[in-house]
Amino acid sequence: MGSRTLVAPKNKKNQLSFLERLGKKFSDFGKRFADGSLGTKLSHFIFGAGNFYHKQYIKGFLFLLIQVGILALMIFCPSVNGTPYGWKALRNLSLTHVTEGGAFDPVTGHFTSGSDCKLMVLFGFVTIAMIVIYFLVWNLNIASSAKADKDKKIGKKPSTFKEDLQELLDGKFHVMMLTPTCIAAAVFTILPTIFMIALAFTTYNSQDMNDLGTNLFHWNGLQNFRAVFTGEGSLGVEIKNRFLPVLGWTFIWAIFATLTCYFGGIILALLINKKGLKGKKLFRTVFIITIAVPQFISLLAVRNLLGEYGPFNAMLMNLGWIKQPIGFLGLHPGDSEMLAKFMVILVNMWVGIPYTMLMTSGILMNIPTDLYEAARVDGASTTKMFFKITLPYVVFVTTPYLISSFVGNISAFNTIFLLTGGGPTYTGYQAGGTDLLVTWLYKVTIDQGSYNTGAVIGIFTFIITATITLVTYRRSKAYNEEDTFQ
Amino acid sequence: MSDKKIKVSSQSRNRRVSLTVTYTLLIVLGIIWLVPLVWIILSAFRCEYRADGTFIGTVTENYFPRVFGLKNFKDLFTATYYGVPKAFPLWMLNTLVIAVIDCVISTFLVLSVAYCMSKLKFKLRKAFMNASMIIGLFPGFMSMIAIYFLLKSIGLTGNPQHPQYSVIGLILAYSAGAGLGFQIAKGFFDVIPNALVESAKLDGCTNFKIFQRIILPLAKPIIIYQALMSFTGPWMDFIFAKVIIGADNARYWTVSVGLYSLMFGTHPDTNLFTQFAAGCVIVAIPIVTLFMFLQRYYVEGVTAGAVKG
Repeated sequence: MGSRTLVAPKNKKNQLSFLERLGKKFSDFGKRFADGSLGTKLSHFIFGAGNFYHKQYIKGFLFLLIQVGILALMIFCPSVNGTPYGWKALRNLSLTHVTEGGAFDPVTGHFTSGSDCKLMVLFGFVTIAMIVIYFLVWNLNIASSAKADKDKKIGKKPSTFKEDLQELLDGKFHVMMLTPTCIAAAVFTILPTIFMIALAFTTYNSQDMNDLGTNLFHWNGLQNFRAVFTGEGSLGVEIKNRFLPVLGWTFIWAIFATLTCYFGGIILALLINKKGLKGKKLFRTVFIITIAVPQFISLLAVRNLLGEYGPFNAMLMNLGWIKQPIGFLGLHPGDSEMLAKFMVILVNMWVGIPYTMLMTSGILMNIPTDLYEAARVDGASTTKMFFKITLPYVVFVTTPYLISSFVGNISAFNTIFLLTGGGPTYTGYQAGGTDLLVTWLYKVTIDQGSYNTGAVIGIFTFIITATITLVTYRRSKAYNEEDTFQ
Repeated sequence: MSDKKIKVSSQSRNRRVSLTVTYTLLIVLGIIWLVPLVWIILSAFRCEYRADGTFIGTVTENYFPRVFGLKNFKDLFTATYYGVPKAFPLWMLNTLVIAVIDCVISTFLVLSVAYCMSKLKFKLRKAFMNASMIIGLFPGFMSMIAIYFLLKSIGLTGNPQHPQYSVIGLILAYSAGAGLGFQIAKGFFDVIPNALVESAKLDGCTNFKIFQRIILPLAKPIIIYQALMSFTGPWMDFIFAKVIIGADNARYWTVSVGLYSLMFGTHPDTNLFTQFAAGCVIVAIPIVTLFMFLQRYYVEGVTAGAVKG
């Protein structure tokens, strides 16, 4: 049952040091060149030459097409919205032209201020990706030729294009299956992430830039990160004053939100699964409905229900318990921050408990019944059985869920955004009383256009979630024994 | 003998008491859970007028409407919002198109990646898994604006000549990253015995045939789970869609962006609350029905994900 036991790394004997492996790579590379046929040697310079040499024309043509395409892109620098790709994009990546008053315009030979620095950074990274792809394909084309050499040597015919395609459905099936995801993720996930990380090291703040009427910004090193702690720079003080409180509240929120929903869900599951209870299905359905209803509907319903003019305040006033409506969710600047914090955790239970209930229901049914029988024979009470059998079992099985829901709560956007909007007391960059790092990140980037500061907050969020995940995940059984399933 | 009888009857009385307590608790909790949702439904059918004849569309103090009617629904389907005539039916249609295409692409990507990770052996498998996990830890909101810039630079959003291209951009943004969320489906494939795959291989099946003939038929629950998740996603998202499609492109909004904007957009109108409620009911009915029908698959997927981590 040791979910945390460390498992010794496998394949110890095959592990060479990094330097040894690198050295081997280089010597293999030299050997491949020396031993290769004329075609293989030529492949080092002209993509697909080896394939033409082995009469694999289609494959050779495809390789050549990639080489010509990328080289053309690098040399001719096609531009989109006035910003070039290719070698000019690499030059633009320095953004140094900008500090001189604009980017270099090759047509006029002057610096212009009409260029767009965000596109320069974006296209610069795209160009770097193209160079990486170039060298990967380069290696692939040599390997393909070397393989044809080898086939020839043992008297086999080099594979035809049709055979290569068939191989994609069998031995290289993973290549076909993973390529769409790799391309899509590279373009729409990895590139944007790298781009935003890069923005953390720039002066890209659209408000400042709108004031100056330009699309230009430049690199400024670690200044944005320092500003979070020292308060230097144009927004520094506002960011500095709020950063640690928001960070602290993010942790408090994540701990409470996770634990309340977790144990609340287990208790609810125990109630519903009680022996002899009728209408289990009906009760379950009632609670599942909250999962099924989109959160922007259910949470906005709660927000209005608890609002100033809503039925809940009216009811309390009719009962004579209060004289004035209470601002439960901190929607107005004067409202209590503590109450708003308490309320978001409470309402979050309404959202999260059914989820845990659903999950633990299945687990509860899987607890071996002989455990309970043995305990009953020994005269254990129901309470004792709950604490000694049920709870340890459920907690053991759901530890990964506990961790992932903690990480999920750190970046729980919907609950806070829809309920309180981060309030009370939210103005400009200043995060409100219930703002988490992610909702603050949203406000800073989308509402304020301060992309550099937003990126800094995002990186901090990543560091926190990544640390927690890696530390716990790498020690878990799920990771270390992942391939024992195979 | 009589001793034993007393013990049994006290035990059964205890049991009755505890059952009664459980029923009471569950009923109270059930009511708490339903109060906000029932309120939205009631508000959707509220049809009250002030003394001067104007319609009351705001949040009111009374939980139960005094007059019921269908006016909110009629208004919702015919009104002009953000300068778009009959905006609500258009938003519904946009969302349906986006959801269907996203569902097909995402499910395909997730299944193909999950199968590779679970049943095929190749060099960079572990590296791919670690990389996808780390990428997944970056807050999605961070790269959201970058995706917007990217799409804009290729004309797939913020395109003045072709505002409808934003829909393509949004579909790409929704489905492109889907393949990285393969963990739950992989957990499902892991449980399919390898012996099945091995024996098929001995019979001369290619990996493609194995996937098509053996794995896919067994994977029905996880296909349904993934399809459900990616189909309902666009109906629930109100942030990403707004950023990608653009705040000034109301004709091509999804329904959740539209409804959210009625309450909190650039021209919020508190008197539209009952229409908002009517819209919520219309959006929620198909989603909830779908969930209820496919509940079994949903629970299976969620449980698999939780326990495997």
